[in-house]
Amino acid sequence: MRANRTLEIGTGLFVLLGFAALLFLTTQLPASGVKFGAPKAGYHVSAEFDNVGDLKVGAPVTMAGVHVGEVQGIRFDSKDYKAVVSLRIDPQYKQIPEDSYASIQTQGLLGGKYVGISPGGLDSYLKDGSRIDQTQSAIVLESLINKFFANYASKGGGEGQGADNQSKVEPKK
Amino acid sequence: MNQPAGNDIILEGVRRLGAVTIFLVRLLLESVPALSRPRLIVHQIYNAGARSLIIIMLSGLFVGMVLGLQAFNLLQRFGSEEALGTAAALGLLKELSPVMTALLFAGRAGTALTSEIGLMRATDQLTAMEIMAVDPLRHIAAPRFLGGVVAMPLLTAIFSLVGLYGAQLVGVQLMGVDKGVFWSQMQGSVGLRDVTEGVVKSLVFGVACSLIAVHEGYHAEPTAAGVGLATTRTVVASSVITLLLDYVLTAAFL
Repeated sequence: MRANRTLEIGTGLFVLLGFAALLFLTTQLPASGVKFGAPKAGYHVSAEFDNVGDLKVGAPVTMAGVHVGEVQGIRFDSKDYKAVVSLRIDPQYKQIPEDSYASIQTQGLLGGKYVGISPGGLDSYLKDGSRIDQTQSAIVLESLINKFFANYASKGGGEGQGADNQSKVEPKK
Repeated sequence: MNQPAGNDIILEGVRRLGAVTIFLVRLLLESVPALSRPRLIVHQIYNAGARSLIIIMLSGLFVGMVLGLQAFNLLQRFGSEEALGTAAALGLLKELSPVMTALLFAGRAGTALTSEIGLMRATDQLTAMEIMAVDPLRHIAAPRFLGGVVAMPLLTAIFSLVGLYGAQLVGVQLMGVDKGVFWSQMQGSVGLRDVTEGVVKSLVFGVACSLIAVHEGYHAEPTAAGVGLATTRTVVASSVITLLLDYVLTAAFL
């Protein structure tokens, strides 16, 4: 009887653990938005962007390259046609000037997006619920490339010019 | 017989494939009545699953850590360390967890099944059951088969989870990838389909590995050497079949 009990408890624990792992993998990994765990401490500020690119919830918020918080949520404001990003700032960073400047930047060449905050000069500081007014949208690489090629094409035969220049320079050497 | 010609080897291979297939059908037919004795199945889930937990979790942790290290090193060259979470999660969920778990399962639980049943065969316990009109297929083979089939997906899920933790440990704590980025990139790019692929694979591997283990034991030559040979065959056949099926399933899911 005793051995039977431990066997059943062991099996129960194993099955429980297995299904807990399955539950975690199916709900937490695909972006279904189910979140467990207590919300982290800190205060929330919001910022409006024209375009957030592929900024994701959970992306870091940095100042001078140092992690100071994370993106808590992204929603679309249908009045202004803007993306409203809410940021959670860690509680120890209380003295961020109110006129600070938020921009969406890219880590590395292909990396994910993050929000960088550059400090302003005011003496009043951001607090829970305040809004960052000055923002800069994500730079979308494709549109940048499009712009570049549009400029290139409008100059007309840039390639030929380049080749000419080179052939002029080389004989002088 | 000592020097079998090419034809005989092929014929023998075909015969064994047929034998395994017939055995699978008989097992499946006997599995339904076996369900009426859940205690036997629970016992086998404990044997195959719960007692493999330690080796599965330890291996998962180390595989995850190695994956974190290697993927970080590779991604760093392209300046995209943030994709570490995605790389680790996809690698673990779709490939490493199902295959590694199946290989470990074949070594840890499959061999135990084969030698147990093989020894029963060698000591005429199975024959004794038949004489008493107790179907050994229903009372010995089917519960062990079902236990293995249930245990494998659960073990695979645990392997994935521990592996992700290992990758996170190396990537975030050691290599300094941002924790939020690690998880948000992972969540952004891993779909339910990727998780399903791992679960389906592990189910198929569970059926294959349990079937081979039970079959080899049930049909082992009733001698000490025969049981040993059957145990070896279990490991070899399970590993090869697992890797072969893995390719087929991967191709099917793409």
